[in-house]
Amino acid sequence: MTTALRRYRRHPVLVALVLAALFMVVPFLIVAVNAVKSPAEYSANGPLSLPEGIYLDGIKDFWERVDFGQKLVNSALISGSVAALAVVLSVLNAYAIGVGRIRGRTWVLAFFVLANMLPQEALVYPVYYLSKEAGLYDTRLSVIIVFTVIQAAFGTYLLSSVLGQFPREIIEAARIDGANKWQVLWRIVVPVSRPTLGVLLVFFFIWTWNEFLLPLVMLISNDNQTVSVALGVLQGQRLMDATMTNAAALLGVLPALVFFLVFQRTLTRGIAVGAVK
Amino acid sequence: MTVTVERAGGRGRNRVANSSRRHGSSRRREDSYTLFLLPGALAFLAVIVVPFLMNTGVSFTDWRGVGTPEWSGLANYRALMDDSEFWASFRHSLFMVAAMAAVPTAVGLVLAAALFDFVGKYFGSRWAAVLRACFYLPQVLPIAVAGIVWSWILAPENGSLNEVLKAVGLGSWQQDWLGDPDIALYSVMGVMVWVQLGFPLVVFMAGLQRVDPQLYEAAELDGAGWWRRFRHITVPQIRPEIYVVLTWCTIAALKVFGAVYVLTKGGPGGATNVPSYFSFTTFFEKTQVGYGAAVSTVLTVIILAVSLIGLKLQTRAEDAEDAPTGGRA
Repeated sequence: MTTALRRYRRHPVLVALVLAALFMVVPFLIVAVNAVKSPAEYSANGPLSLPEGIYLDGIKDFWERVDFGQKLVNSALISGSVAALAVVLSVLNAYAIGVGRIRGRTWVLAFFVLANMLPQEALVYPVYYLSKEAGLYDTRLSVIIVFTVIQAAFGTYLLSSVLGQFPREIIEAARIDGANKWQVLWRIVVPVSRPTLGVLLVFFFIWTWNEFLLPLVMLISNDNQTVSVALGVLQGQRLMDATMTNAAALLGVLPALVFFLVFQRTLTRGIAVGAVK
Repeated sequence: MTVTVERAGGRGRNRVANSSRRHGSSRRREDSYTLFLLPGALAFLAVIVVPFLMNTGVSFTDWRGVGTPEWSGLANYRALMDDSEFWASFRHSLFMVAAMAAVPTAVGLVLAAALFDFVGKYFGSRWAAVLRACFYLPQVLPIAVAGIVWSWILAPENGSLNEVLKAVGLGSWQQDWLGDPDIALYSVMGVMVWVQLGFPLVVFMAGLQRVDPQLYEAAELDGAGWWRRFRHITVPQIRPEIYVVLTWCTIAALKVFGAVYVLTKGGPGGATNVPSYFSFTTFFEKTQVGYGAAVSTVLTVIILAVSLIGLKLQTRAEDAEDAPTGGRA
């Protein structure tokens, strides 16, 4: 009797949680619904009505107007390069700190942590100025270099503690068999740490994709801009009508949704890496 | 992700203890490992250390981006003291800390406990996972895109929020959410809560995975209700995660830029200006580079102070947590 009563009382809590979760998702739904309305339909029925049909011209117009394909290529190129390079840099650093246990490693590590926490505002003008001097201003390469280093600061911090746990016996066995440090790194440490490296790769990719301030400052020409910057700048100029804004929002949301669906297991595993030794 | 870090960090201390025991590793070996650090060290020098020192140096000059910077000592910092725009931007930072750190941590804690100790238990882990995913979704969105979505929802004419209010008969509550100086800051805060909530939730739920289920079972047998279990088991057990999340979210709140840029551009009339946006406009619109550098230097000092306090609290919480576990093992 009491258990039945208790079970009955459980449902309102679940309903409340489901409603809260819905509230989080609603903005995505409204964007999706309105991105397929024609301007006429939108102004007649407002943002809350269900679409009468599927109207894709708004998205198509917007795609062509901002050359969205190019922005996607830029974002993918920058984020992909940063993710790969930053993982390599992190592994090298962490190998020296975690496995090599170099002298003063605590300080080296503290330095990397602080470098990661540093606000980009304190770097942005010198980076802008120096890249101009070096002829790298308004190139995708400049953004790749800067974010490789910033992401590697976090990666070094994380991987150093993971590699600090690396079974010494394996490394010592390999050394006795005549492998040098370079071979130990690429043939043993990297393959064994692959799950963690995969997680880092995904996070670096998404984080770089989402970055705004530095790309906004560094990438001014249309051909180099990332998705975030292109959309953010357009929005800032308030040149867009409601349908345009919606098309922009949808096109900005879609890649994020794809990452979320594709990488959900990796993201969860990223958390599990910490839970399981 | 962060959980990984801080827990790995916790184990790292044992590592240090171990290594001091086997002190005999040879000098030569250490030196050759240093080579692996070389590319990283050079890259950091070029991208972080040199620009950071330049920025700090420039903050003591009246440089405007061209010509030779002239040393002006503490003039920029003295000017900051009297600059009401500067103080306002830091006051708004406190609101952002509330919206991005305090509220998401508190709500995330309750939600994580509810999903873990309630939904997961009575309705299955699938429900908990789906709900967690919903709350986490805004976190994968670029902040600029989140800004676009919300500026459209909050638009005064035809904005979804105003339309909803009208539809449910609360038409008198309609506002120019981002255009009214009295409301804009709260609107931005609301958006930031939405953006940020998923992060603490996911970190806390991961942290709860490692709590011994027997603790909950024992408490339940002793007749402890949900709230008592929350207060006496959940919160103390994931205290290290709470400090990590609070530290990270506070830093993120102090740095918030993209959302302000896209939602309000610091307006109306500076009502939502924040230090990072303030320094950005000082650098690139007013080209008062020296002054902007002073703003970002002050911001850096505050962020580093928050980081150090956060790390300290976190280490202490981990030590407190490690002690009984260590005894049992």
